[in-house]
Amino acid sequence: MLVTIDRVQKTYPGGRPVLRDVSLTLDHGQTLALTGESGSGKSTLLNLAAALDSFDGGEITLNGTPLSPLDDAGRASLRRRQVSLVFQQFNLIPSLTVAQNLSFHARLAGAEDARWSAHLTERLGLSELLDRYPESLSGGQQQRVAIGRAMAARPKLLLADEPTGNLDETASANVLDLMLSLVAETGAALLLVTHSQQIAARLDRQVKLSGGRIQ
Amino acid sequence: MNVRTLLVSLLMLCPIQGWAQGFAGLGGSAEGFDIPQAGYAFDFPKDHGPHPGFRIEWWYLTANLTDDKGRDYGIQWTLFRSALKPFEAEGWQSPQIWMGHAAATTPTGHFFAERLSRGGIGQAGVTAQPFEAWIDEWRMAGADMDTLTLTANGNDFGYELSLAAQGPLVFHGDAGYSVKSADGQASFYYSQPFYSVQGVLQLRDGDVQVTGQGWLDREWSSQPLAADQSGWDWFSLSFDDGDKLMAFRLRGGRGDFTSATWINSDGSTEAIPNGSIRLTPLSSDEVAGREVPTQWRVLLADRDIDVEVSAQTPDAWMGTRFEYWEGPVTVTGSHDGVGYLEMTGY
Amino acid sequence: MTLAIVQALLSHWRAHWLQLATLLIGIALATGLWSAVQAINAEARASYARANAQLALGQFDELRDPSGPIPLGRYIELRRAGWQVAAVLEGPYRISGRTLRVMGVDMVAYPTLPAMTETEQSATPPDPADVLTAPGRLLASAELAPLLRNQDNLPPVLVTSALPPDLILTDIGVAEDLLNQQGMVSRLIVLPNQPRNLPPLPQIAPELVRVSTSSQIDTAQLTDSFHLNLSAFGLLSFAVGLFIVNGTVGLAFAQRRGMIRTLRALGVPMQRLVWLILTELTLLALIGGIMGLILGFFLAGALLPDVAATLRGLYGAPVTGQLTLQLQWILAGVAMAVLGTLAASGHALWRLARMPLLAGPGVQTWQGNIKARGLAAVVGISMILGGALAYLSVGGLIAGFLLLAGLLTGAALVLPTLLSGALTALSRTATGPVAQWVWADMRAQLPGLSLALMALLLALAANVGVSTMVSSFRLTFVGWLDQRLTSELYLTAQDEDQGREITNWLHPQVVAILPIRNVELSHKTGPLFLYGVVDDPVYRQHWPLISSTPNVWDNVVAGEAVLINEQLARRANLWPGDDLTLTPVHILPIAGVYSDYGNPTGQAIVSMEQLDLIAPGTEARRFGIRLAPENASGMAQALRDRFDLPPRAVVQQAAMKAQSLAVFEKTFVVTSALNVLTLGVAGFAILTSLLTLWTQRLPQIAPVWALGLNRAQLARLELLRSVLLAVLTACLALPLGLVLAWVLLAVINVQAFGWRLPMFLFPWDWLWLALLTLLAALIAAALPALRMLRLPPADLLRVFANER
Repeated sequence: MLVTIDRVQKTYPGGRPVLRDVSLTLDHGQTLALTGESGSGKSTLLNLAAALDSFDGGEITLNGTPLSPLDDAGRASLRRRQVSLVFQQFNLIPSLTVAQNLSFHARLAGAEDARWSAHLTERLGLSELLDRYPESLSGGQQQRVAIGRAMAARPKLLLADEPTGNLDETASANVLDLMLSLVAETGAALLLVTHSQQIAARLDRQVKLSGGRIQ
Repeated sequence: MNVRTLLVSLLMLCPIQGWAQGFAGLGGSAEGFDIPQAGYAFDFPKDHGPHPGFRIEWWYLTANLTDDKGRDYGIQWTLFRSALKPFEAEGWQSPQIWMGHAAATTPTGHFFAERLSRGGIGQAGVTAQPFEAWIDEWRMAGADMDTLTLTANGNDFGYELSLAAQGPLVFHGDAGYSVKSADGQASFYYSQPFYSVQGVLQLRDGDVQVTGQGWLDREWSSQPLAADQSGWDWFSLSFDDGDKLMAFRLRGGRGDFTSATWINSDGSTEAIPNGSIRLTPLSSDEVAGREVPTQWRVLLADRDIDVEVSAQTPDAWMGTRFEYWEGPVTVTGSHDGVGYLEMTGY
Repeated sequence: MTLAIVQALLSHWRAHWLQLATLLIGIALATGLWSAVQAINAEARASYARANAQLALGQFDELRDPSGPIPLGRYIELRRAGWQVAAVLEGPYRISGRTLRVMGVDMVAYPTLPAMTETEQSATPPDPADVLTAPGRLLASAELAPLLRNQDNLPPVLVTSALPPDLILTDIGVAEDLLNQQGMVSRLIVLPNQPRNLPPLPQIAPELVRVSTSSQIDTAQLTDSFHLNLSAFGLLSFAVGLFIVNGTVGLAFAQRRGMIRTLRALGVPMQRLVWLILTELTLLALIGGIMGLILGFFLAGALLPDVAATLRGLYGAPVTGQLTLQLQWILAGVAMAVLGTLAASGHALWRLARMPLLAGPGVQTWQGNIKARGLAAVVGISMILGGALAYLSVGGLIAGFLLLAGLLTGAALVLPTLLSGALTALSRTATGPVAQWVWADMRAQLPGLSLALMALLLALAANVGVSTMVSSFRLTFVGWLDQRLTSELYLTAQDEDQGREITNWLHPQVVAILPIRNVELSHKTGPLFLYGVVDDPVYRQHWPLISSTPNVWDNVVAGEAVLINEQLARRANLWPGDDLTLTPVHILPIAGVYSDYGNPTGQAIVSMEQLDLIAPGTEARRFGIRLAPENASGMAQALRDRFDLPPRAVVQQAAMKAQSLAVFEKTFVVTSALNVLTLGVAGFAILTSLLTLWTQRLPQIAPVWALGLNRAQLARLELLRSVLLAVLTACLALPLGLVLAWVLLAVINVQAFGWRLPMFLFPWDWLWLALLTLLAALIAAALPALRMLRLPPADLLRVFANER
């Protein structure tokens, strides 16, 4: 198993529980859509799986590594090497150019591969944009750069949180197509959070969260 | 306590508190200073000179003048001596302070100047023989007191006059011992009221040749005013018939004190005792912010004198360090004439 | 409606009270430093004016005899010719090691002397008989009175507030005794209101020279440069303080955008919002301004004694160490606070007013920044060139300050471009992705930080410049003291007879006795002190000549030439080869120019024989005594014992040097105090800027964090960035500071004081300053870094979610 989520609980300080005894698995090469209402806990679950935040109970195992014993630095190290992320917005580092953004994660992870990068740039149609800064790109272009950066390190797991949430229909379809085809091409697993049934339907499995539980 | 009062006392020799006791500190006490005594035998020309043992002394000349067009003028030339201590010393250490006042009064205006000096350094002083009284470039000098030249300058007037005595010196009170209050305060006081004057007044509009008559007062004392006396009104009148009258009134809290001298044209005199002459203000003008009587009635029943005395120029205010009114007057009524009026303490 | 809006607006400060405090502190600091300097200047100027008025100095013409004192007889002759003049006898008088000035005036001739009338108007006016007759009275300031009262042989003292410190005013009769100058007058004041028919002066006293008010030495003019200096510092502090205001207001407005958008969406007109915010800012400025005035008042009170000491030491200018509160000063301070705050907030307010109703959270565009930066750089370079042009074409002190102002403002405007260039260059050297990001991120932060960095640049440059100037001056001054104070002992006899007695006694026992005699003359450029020297190897070897002709000393001792000090040389533009007119009949060629620090007046040196020709009868009471240094102490004591001299009459060289240095140190206490304060304010400006940038930081940091950098690493990077920017700024500030120092030494000093100083470099000081800067940057960045460290992941994650 690539990801094992076992009875995970999460409560934000002073709030109601966000996740209650959530269990879930994701195998290599699998794609899974997490759906649910706003506030159902689906983004929180993704963040926990990405080792972005700590949880209160249960365990998450990522490629054989249990996350609960890790401290801030440990989680950061895991993110650097094991996980790639695409968010709804502000994925990119504003002060770096597109080219620098594209290679940033791979270089952090020490997994830079020039030929693969060139291929990705080509596939994502970013060749013309390499010297531009994120602020001058359209939403769709920004998300394509984010996908490129995520895939540059050839991750085993790609986590995406509403990657098309800010895009119009055409751009949205384009971004989703690119992501799915790249995942298929590299054999990575994909955990995707979306509120759209239409998008969810294009993935292998769908899991719906409601009130912090899997339905 | 303001500046002026300080300066008054600076000049007029006594401590500042003197102001409350009488005009210009003249009512102060006389410790260490000589006191005038009745029966003094004057010694001339020596007595024309200064008496440093007395606290205050003056050489006071006034003159009524007319130009060739008949316009009236007046001039004043005064040298005051005031002693901070009853002695003289050389250089800056001298305690004798000298003050000069000069004025020229025209039908339309009044001009005055003031000079200050310390004794001991030669800037001001008086010598008896030959006679010279001076402060800075102002001078009243001559071989003796009978023939004098007189000069003074301000920044807006000046005069050069020559004086010739046409009669003898006259002595006031009891042969020159002039009582100033019911308590017996007194001064030595004599005059030369018979000067004929001629010369030139230098005025803004040019020089004016003038002729007329002058009157010199010499007086020294150490405490001429009583403690309650606050000022005086002093008249020197020359009637057209040649007779003259000196009269003064000292205003005091306990009533006025008057004194006068009738001077016949030959120089013989009669002292007129306290209360015999009546000096009554008739009307006043506002001068330098004060009400100053500029028209008087002078009544001397013994001599059938009942005259009105009117200022020729009501504005004759001496805005000097201590201020007073001094100017030429015209006499009408039972007798006609001219004269000078001095009023202090208003 | 207005009340509701006000409530909404003010609620911001309740939530951000620290920000409110920062804003008020910023306004208070700016106003405080500025007002302090203004108060000091106003006080000093008032002191000069008062002193001049009280002593009737500089109001009336004077008559002087160039060759020395005027005999009393001349005074009388003038008076008897009608000239309304008042005699003044003055001179130095030493009591308990302090040199006081006795001014004796003929109080009868000039009884309206303002200082005197003021005393007379007091509650207990003096009896004129006491003032004018022995023993007389001394008038002195309250500060001086106790010292005088402790002396047995002095007349009673009257205290007056009208007199400057170190001056005793008295009647000329008393002064004559104190100064032991019977029958002599130093000068005559020509009183107003002269009579008509005045004979011309040459007819009465051909030897007297009428000195018009304009050529009398004027303290106010003399010290103008000093005050201009202080004002420049005050303005600098004010500008630096405004950077804080700018930063805080920017932050507050950025944070209130959401609220303002909501208010507008609810139908509040923008115009009304702008007016309300303007009112709010004005009120805050008033509160901060009043705080600043209180701060400034106490600061000025603390600094004034040193300023007074400086002005007295350097110029002999009469300044008391006490501060009075003036309404004008309060109004000016409040006005500065309000105007400064509005100016500093103008940009933020303008942007707010133009904010579209539905705009997203505005992130500044790169392109706009680059354009603005380029424009600033162009303006900056033009300002530097403009300042230089003004100085080269016009010259003078004001142009010198224009040069300084152009240089500093220009450099500040160019700074962002230079920093950006430096960062670009440095980013090329980066290999790792993190390094690359750090450089890029610093560049991205630059627009937000550039104002604070400009403040830092100015503070650092001022620091380097001023400390270089002071240290150079100090070094030169110490060296000059060594050259100038060559005799082992300096002796002042009570009178000439005692002087003769002492020299006779000394002759067999010492190497040399060098009489020190001088007379005050006047040159068309101001007063001129002429000194006589005897030929002695010590002069030939040590006298600090900065320019001379061959055989300079031979010519001088032969009575054929004169030496002048640098002040006179520069003021009158006279150099070796030119002629100096000492009196109409004494004209000598100039053989050399010597440096003469700390002396505002012109000075010249001739042979003793020549001095006797020019001004016969100058006193011979002061002597330099050369002997083996180890015998100096013993000889000093022997002289005091044998001739019954007071301790202060015999001074050892070492003590004299120590005294001179002490005066010197005091001179620059204020400068260094302002220096440190300015640096502190700049550090505070960085802190506020970093806090302002904080809200904009999250979108920058969150992706990096998500990609695998932990918060501790990010916090360290925050510190590093701040320190790097500060160091870069410091590196640019150093050359700017050195240029500033050069301008101060070679331009301002020459114009203001009349001497040029060599420039020395003090690298250890720079290192120390660099460390101080690092510390300031670290402290400023510590708070944001700490926040970074403690930031909950949820806050970072929120960046990625569509909640904005």
